[in-house]
Amino acid sequence: MAPPVLSNEEIRRYSRHLIMPEVGMAGQRRLKQGSVLLIGTGGLGSPLALYLAAAGVGHIGLVDFDVVDESNLQRQIVHGTSTVGLAKTESARRRLHDLNPLVEVTTYETPITSANALDLMRPYDIIIDGTDNFPTRYLTNDAAVMLGKPNVYGSIFRFEGQVTVFSPKDGGPCYRCLYPEPPPPGLVPSCAEGGVLGVLPGVIGTLQATEAIKLLTGIGEPLIGRLLLYDALEMRFRELKLRRNVNCPVCGDHPTVTELIDYEQFCGIVPEVQTLSSQYEITPVELAALLETPERPFLLDVRNSYEVEIASIEGTDLLIPVDQLPEQINKLDSSVEIVVYCRSGARSGQAVEMLKAAGFRKVKNLVGGVLRWSDEVDPTMAKY
Amino acid sequence: MAITITIPTALRQYAGNNATVALEADTVGALLHGLVEQYPTLGKHIFDGGKLRSFVNVYVGDEDIRYLQGEATPLKDGETVSIIPAIAGGM
Ligand SMILES: [Zn+2]
Repeated sequence: MAPPVLSNEEIRRYSRHLIMPEVGMAGQRRLKQGSVLLIGTGGLGSPLALYLAAAGVGHIGLVDFDVVDESNLQRQIVHGTSTVGLAKTESARRRLHDLNPLVEVTTYETPITSANALDLMRPYDIIIDGTDNFPTRYLTNDAAVMLGKPNVYGSIFRFEGQVTVFSPKDGGPCYRCLYPEPPPPGLVPSCAEGGVLGVLPGVIGTLQATEAIKLLTGIGEPLIGRLLLYDALEMRFRELKLRRNVNCPVCGDHPTVTELIDYEQFCGIVPEVQTLSSQYEITPVELAALLETPERPFLLDVRNSYEVEIASIEGTDLLIPVDQLPEQINKLDSSVEIVVYCRSGARSGQAVEMLKAAGFRKVKNLVGGVLRWSDEVDPTMAKY
Repeated sequence: MAITITIPTALRQYAGNNATVALEADTVGALLHGLVEQYPTLGKHIFDGGKLRSFVNVYVGDEDIRYLQGEATPLKDGETVSIIPAIAGGM
């Protein structure tokens, strides 16, 4: 099908593209014909959506089920103070419509799952992975490979980012060729736990947008078979070679994974009730009441020292960052009741498991951590 | 034979907060074991029961050791070895 022609309005808007011979009228018409599905409208999805809309990509799909929160605005620049509390898909749609009303935006306010991934992706030329967890990254990869669509990949952590284009149909590798198996839960911290420099997803998302635009217009050398690494602190870019693994279970010569699987299970994620019974849990309200009694428990903080400066529960007895717990376990007395806490309850959950494995039985995880403590007990406590 | 190892952000806290570590070794395996000896808490993040974890990739220069000779890959003086773990952040 011949790419659609441009209206005079479009010619005015895209003139800075049109006067470059590498893009020109032909390239701009291909952008107008093109479609991109963005999985995630967060840190990476924000600059992606903005630049793809501004560039005139004809159809942009946005998949997200989250709601805009104040703490997103440090980096998620497609959203704004006026859309806090709104669905991210709707917030982004409004901003994109203001930026460029000539592009079509379709929103899907749903998590991407094995049940809907193929249907969501099928209408689009390019898939862009801007999610924040391993199950969704493997799901996005596998579905894109099965549909033969390029997956423009980016991921970030603190000051560091990775970018590449996975496109086995062009002879390149897929995500599973790079990382055959996900890390076990808890070993690799997420951005919510580990933090992220706000401008970092801006750099990485913009690189992803650049690759998507190159793929749609057919210009330049795509980032296929190359992993671009960015270190913001060192201000250094590096490039590593990526190869398609002929034994890859998804894109290899004899694939063994030919339909979408249960990715939560693949990533070792089991429902919380199975990992931690309520005997080893305590709610903020229960803890607050207990701290008023003479039998107050020993309160152990397993966060990092710089987090203590932000917010801390009064009466905390000891700080041992979760990574140092194995070496410092002898500082704890297994005969007294211990309540362990962190920011959200995830790291303290791991700490409780470690203590249980070491024989401790009178140990409880403060569910929801400092965040829920602030919600339910002490609203003056800062959430971060 | 001095080899420079680049440590990713996610693992720097287990390697004395260093971005790079210089060590003497003649194979990738000897290098990584030397690194873990120097920084024991790094061990469980790179190895699982003596084997390199599957979400931790190791490169000599720009080449993945899986396409060289794995941990037996020989090293030349002045080479750079990079540890590149999977990261998933994006929101
Ligand atoms: Zn593959």
